[in-house]
Amino acid sequence: MTQPALRIDGVSHSFGARTALDHVSLTVPAGSFTALLGLNGAGKTTLFSLVTRLYDSSSGTIEVFGFDVRRDSPEALSRLGIVFQARTLDLDLSVRQSLLYHAALHGIGRSRASARAARVLEKFALSDRIDEKVRNLSGGQMRRLEIARALIHDPALLLLDEPTVGLDVEARQGLILEVRRLVAEEGRGILWATHLLDEIEMSDRLVVLHKGRVLAQGPVQEVLDQAGGTDLQTAFLKLVNAPGKTAAGREAAE
Amino acid sequence: MSGRGRTSPLSPGGYATCFAGIVWREALRFFSQRGRFLSALVRPLVWLFIFAAGFRSVLGVSIIPPYETYVLYEVYVTPGLVAMIQLFNGLQSSLSMVYDREVGAMRILLVSPYPRWFLLSAKLLAGVFTSILQVYAFLLVAYFWEVEAPVMGYLTLLPVLVVTGLMFGAMGLLLSSLFRQLENFASVMNFVIFPMFFASSALYPLWRIQEASPLLYEICRFNPFTYAVEAIRFALYARFDGTSLAVVTGVAVAFLILSLFAYNPSKGLIARRGTPAMAD
Repeated sequence: MTQPALRIDGVSHSFGARTALDHVSLTVPAGSFTALLGLNGAGKTTLFSLVTRLYDSSSGTIEVFGFDVRRDSPEALSRLGIVFQARTLDLDLSVRQSLLYHAALHGIGRSRASARAARVLEKFALSDRIDEKVRNLSGGQMRRLEIARALIHDPALLLLDEPTVGLDVEARQGLILEVRRLVAEEGRGILWATHLLDEIEMSDRLVVLHKGRVLAQGPVQEVLDQAGGTDLQTAFLKLVNAPGKTAAGREAAE
Repeated sequence: MSGRGRTSPLSPGGYATCFAGIVWREALRFFSQRGRFLSALVRPLVWLFIFAAGFRSVLGVSIIPPYETYVLYEVYVTPGLVAMIQLFNGLQSSLSMVYDREVGAMRILLVSPYPRWFLLSAKLLAGVFTSILQVYAFLLVAYFWEVEAPVMGYLTLLPVLVVTGLMFGAMGLLLSSLFRQLENFASVMNFVIFPMFFASSALYPLWRIQEASPLLYEICRFNPFTYAVEAIRFALYARFDGTSLAVVTGVAVAFLILSLFAYNPSKGLIARRGTPAMAD
């Protein structure tokens, strides 16, 4: 049986009295595109912080390709690429410097990193900007650079936390296509956090997270059947138990 | 693509590459921020050229170790200014850590597969490296202002600067873990830098302070900055002050342990509170 790219089992986490995640369990199969759907405040970013071990969960286990992020964190983290929701680029560095720095953080030497940088920049159509300062890039280019950077150490699982936030329609569609290509052509696993229903396709796997709890997961069709909805919007609203005209419903549907 | 079979990245060469990368990034940032370098240099030079020159006629410094004769006030005050450069740099590095945490760059560092203690220590050492560059640039200018130390002193100073730089850097790292926002931390800097600097042997010998105020003398004796200044003063004359070095090393280790605890993913302050951008 193939080892899942990510297995989260019974994870809970609180900040003081506020419970951010409550017994979350989910699986991301290797080489799959899994969408993590949830409204703002659902706990998606907290979950990403726990998977990347920015801090440890209060309870439960997280495994990346079978490696426990607490016990075997070097093995787990070296297999992960991450694009956080907020920009994490150093604006004073050039595109090349950003990539080489990130490669160094993964123990990859200069010559190997340069070759990889050329490859990932080509993939994300940024080769001509290699010596440009990051601050001179457009929003869409910065996002593509963040994804390129996350791939420089060749991770088998890529986590993207609402990567299309702030992008225009064209940049957003281009980014989604490029990421889906990473699954189809390179077999990487993707966990794509979003609150936008139109970023999810029927062939994806879906995890619905709401107020820190997983409400449903599986192939999209399975989630639809489980929720009793004919389309994703109806199913999602049924799951979160909110009428279609609430602010929450409108936000997800947009 | 299966991730299971690949080997661990944590080879000794990988550690060296990671360390070099962190130092390189700090150096790039330092040299790209010319204003930061200039202000780091101008600040102690103002003290040396204006304050010390003005006090030269008022304050005579008698023969106290490591000096073997009467020295100009500029000569006396120089080790304190060297320590001030490192103190500012230590807090400046921490300020950039709070900023990095706010904008997210810190997260990229912390999700590296290398142990967190190593990453933070490497970042700390990178800050020490830039502070040492500033110190020697300052000493070069001071040399032309009649502040000359024995040639050997400039060499023996180097290891001491590493230890004192680590102490100030670790102190800043600990402080940075206590603050979530840049504005709060920036205001705290003034409350740390000036009391530490003034309540020490940086500007006046301790015996003179004792004569003026026994209470201030006791405060100076408990101020780790005093020991950093004295360790630097002795090293600049190719001599070692064991007590000062022991205190500085001890305080550096204590601050480092506390700051590593504060950044620990399961126990530390950051884990308990999260950061503003991690709240979703």
